[in-house]
Amino acid sequence: MAVWRRKHLLGLEDLTKEEIELILNTAESFKEISVREVKKVPTLRGKTVVLLFFESSTRTRTSFELAAKRLSADTVSLSSTTSSVTKGESLLDTAKNIEAMNIDFIVIRHQASGAAYLLSKIVSPSVINAGDGFHEHPTQALLDLFTIREKKKKIEGLNVSIIGDISHSRVARSNIYGLKKLGANVCVCGPPTLIPKDIEKLGVKITYDIREAIIEADVLNVLRLQLERQKENLFSSLKEYIRLFGIDKEKLKEVKKEVLIMHPGPVNRGIELSTDVADGQYSVILDQVTNGIAVRMGILYLLSGVKEEI
Amino acid sequence: MKEKAKILDKDAIGRSLMRISHEILEKNKFTKDLVIVGIRNRGAYLAQRLAKSIERISKKLPPVGILDITLYRDDLTQIGPQPVVHKTEIDFDISDKAVILVDDVLYTGRTVRCALDELIDFGRPKSIQLAVLVDRGHRELPIKADYVGKNIPTSKRENVEVRLQEVDGKDEVVILEKD
Repeated sequence: MAVWRRKHLLGLEDLTKEEIELILNTAESFKEISVREVKKVPTLRGKTVVLLFFESSTRTRTSFELAAKRLSADTVSLSSTTSSVTKGESLLDTAKNIEAMNIDFIVIRHQASGAAYLLSKIVSPSVINAGDGFHEHPTQALLDLFTIREKKKKIEGLNVSIIGDISHSRVARSNIYGLKKLGANVCVCGPPTLIPKDIEKLGVKITYDIREAIIEADVLNVLRLQLERQKENLFSSLKEYIRLFGIDKEKLKEVKKEVLIMHPGPVNRGIELSTDVADGQYSVILDQVTNGIAVRMGILYLLSGVKEEI
Repeated sequence: MKEKAKILDKDAIGRSLMRISHEILEKNKFTKDLVIVGIRNRGAYLAQRLAKSIERISKKLPPVGILDITLYRDDLTQIGPQPVVHKTEIDFDISDKAVILVDDVLYTGRTVRCALDELIDFGRPKSIQLAVLVDRGHRELPIKADYVGKNIPTSKRENVEVRLQEVDGKDEVVILEKD
């Protein structure tokens, strides 16, 4: 089995298949801790994790915080709205000041692509990317992979369709890197205005026809429609989007196999997913949330063993 | 490391486990409260074997669990890349049970310390008793086994290796010595 030698987790683009599998296997061992009587192991006692969130978040932030706490690390949560960022303090100054407080991990979410990478070059703690602009959201993709593997017992050879706004989605990008490395067939589907033309270079199939994306799929990963994109005229009307790409019972009749319905949250009910599908028998949306904690515990554990990037 | 001596063969291991099973039943009269928990890796297989031999004598199979103590180690910050973590599998309630903790070799006692801490996180057992196939001495913590297959006085230059059918293809205990 591979040995973990990275100090930071910035994205899935650079990871090898073996490193991804090591994270997934490690996470599997951590899952049981969250159902114990005492939901805590002493592994990261005395370590400090700072959650630096420049964008809003419910799942990712809570999940990281619980993951760190269940490993006995201390956590501090900082958001842009309640910190000195509102007074104009820059990302670098904020990070340097936090570093001066002798902390071990920075988990960062930022609206600028590359923010996590930048931090990893200038501060000494381990940096974990919790979403940077339109670039990557590695822990979301890893928990998606974990959930697919848990439910389908494999990833290689599966047909996974990612549906929605691919252009603005870091979740899509990280998922594509991870899925391709583990041997899945990936298809992206959405309005032509929301699918980058060069995405084919990543080895994915493009379709603008939802039936084609659904019919042979083992997994549908449905992305949140960012409603503000309508103002940029990237899709014409909500009603049309729902008719063409919204996943409902009617469209799922085309599905040939036992399909998993996934969504990174938060769900726009009645838009990209109808309520009966979001809560239906194929939905694993809440399993994704449960698994997110185990995956993040595994990542914190692996990173904490590496002092210097080799 | 070269092999210096074979301490136990297949029959001797079998007889040790049978004797320990009898001792466990002698000390714990109410087998309904008995549970067995083995420490990964080889302690887990020994736990399975002990449970089966207890069943042969008492006609009742005690539940068996597996502990992985990696996350409780006191040297994680010193050893570089993190060791692989495997699953802990205890699918039953240990509260008010007599837990027989099983490992292959008792040496410094640090593994057992980890296991005790981890077990307590699963509930409050009535008692925890320690069963080992080999006690080789050199304790660094105040820990003592309740059931011992064989006491083997060793030097720190030596290594005791327990090999089991399930993982190593044969049953034997050997002493290895540094070249």
